[in-house]
Amino acid sequence: METLLQLFGLTESAQLLSLSEPGWGANLLRGLANSLQIALGAFGFGLVIGLFGACGKLYGGPVTRDLLAIYTTVVRAVPELVLILILFFVGTDLINKASEALGGGPVEISGVAAGIWVLGIVQGAYSTEILRGAIQAVPPGQIEAARSFGMSPTLIMRRVTIPAMMSFAVPGLANLWLIATKDTALLAVVGFSELTLETRQAASSTRAYFTFFLAAGFLYLMVTLLSGVVFKYVENWARKGQPKLRGAG
Amino acid sequence: MTAPHAKSSAPVDDSTPAGSLRVEDLHKSFGELEVLKGVSLSANRGDVIAIIGGSGSGKSTLLRCINFLETPSSGRIIIGGEEVEMKADGSPANRRQLERIRTKLAMVFQSFNLWTHRTLLENVIEVPVHVLKVPKDKAIERARQLLERVGLANREDTYPAFMSGGQQQRAAIARALAVDPSVMLFDEPTSALDPELVGEVLNVMRDLAAEGRTMLVVTHEMNFAREVATHVVYLYEGRIEEQGPPAEVFGNPKSERLRQFLKTIN
Repeated sequence: METLLQLFGLTESAQLLSLSEPGWGANLLRGLANSLQIALGAFGFGLVIGLFGACGKLYGGPVTRDLLAIYTTVVRAVPELVLILILFFVGTDLINKASEALGGGPVEISGVAAGIWVLGIVQGAYSTEILRGAIQAVPPGQIEAARSFGMSPTLIMRRVTIPAMMSFAVPGLANLWLIATKDTALLAVVGFSELTLETRQAASSTRAYFTFFLAAGFLYLMVTLLSGVVFKYVENWARKGQPKLRGAG
Repeated sequence: MTAPHAKSSAPVDDSTPAGSLRVEDLHKSFGELEVLKGVSLSANRGDVIAIIGGSGSGKSTLLRCINFLETPSSGRIIIGGEEVEMKADGSPANRRQLERIRTKLAMVFQSFNLWTHRTLLENVIEVPVHVLKVPKDKAIERARQLLERVGLANREDTYPAFMSGGQQQRAAIARALAVDPSVMLFDEPTSALDPELVGEVLNVMRDLAAEGRTMLVVTHEMNFAREVATHVVYLYEGRIEEQGPPAEVFGNPKSERLRQFLKTIN
């Protein structure tokens, strides 16, 4: 192994990326863990917003629909970096003001919570549209059948609409998840130590920019590839009961 | 403002046992277009009413108003002696009551409308387990009997998309039977089927009629109506133009429109 590294002149890089001090590998992995934690949280939070948002847009009254239209339009219109800055500073400011009003001091806001909140709101707007489209793609006859048998609206949502829309939603949601993993990098601007910021710190401390950014790129790629495997399973599960297009009789 | 009849859900008539159905002066408009212009009909337990008529006559709308898949504009609907509570504008006044009544009214659709993400067995046990709260093992046992009855005994793990239309429709009938309905509504059950598959579905329906199920069947199958129905209703532009026993309606039609209709369809 060592001779191989020597052969390619990578001994120094290997030392820099080593998991133990003075290598920076552990920092990168910690950053990756933070990134994934935020991406997962934001994706989940976004899904919850999206489900309610989609239902609100489809079945809500005019006020709900208008408010949701404003939400999805604004969030999708403004660049994510700008939104993150706005939401982050507005959010922390509001919490501090609230704490002050209640007689407390300034609050230390957890970076993870803030990141999940900010990215979750961004993700929620896209989820809303993905899920709305998926719900609309469910054949109306299936929902009608459920109504005709006396199922309540919540039961129809849980037993018919959501399972039936999954196959339409999964490809879009897979995209959204990959975007979430990479949007975490934008949180570097508010000083959150996710993978990109850790990489930058490691790189600027050691001057080995190429090594570290290549390593970070590799980590992002691994996340994408693993996600692809997971989503393939999810999609197969969601498409159960549907004939495959390829190789169909 | 409520209509005088909209208040009570108490039995309207003690002589109407389970399995009966009454529709009184049913109106339905889609915007300006009045599709049903006051239709009344009644069925006693075991009656098979065939509703025939040209396209646009309102026959499907009539059926869909009975279980409120379409909201009627006005009228009364009484199932098994219990009147569906309606607001003045015809919309259901009591969602719980409507849901309870719907579980007694099983519908079979033209395009089957099986839940495609569930296997046949899952389709059949869905309503018993999740709406009627039947224990799952009991529901499965009953579902297997029903699937066997409609000739799908070995297909319980198949998804609907992998079956022929006739098989799907028979499965849909099994799903409807699983709730042990007091009235069954058939909305053109064979219209979406290839001609060679029509017979298998009609045979299952014949069987149901023979065992004394109350059925309302919107159909273009005149032979089926003639042989199986106890009563035939001919709708024309939202009104009942003529009705009576099949021998009368088909053998000796009084209305000129019905005569024309029967001529074009044969």
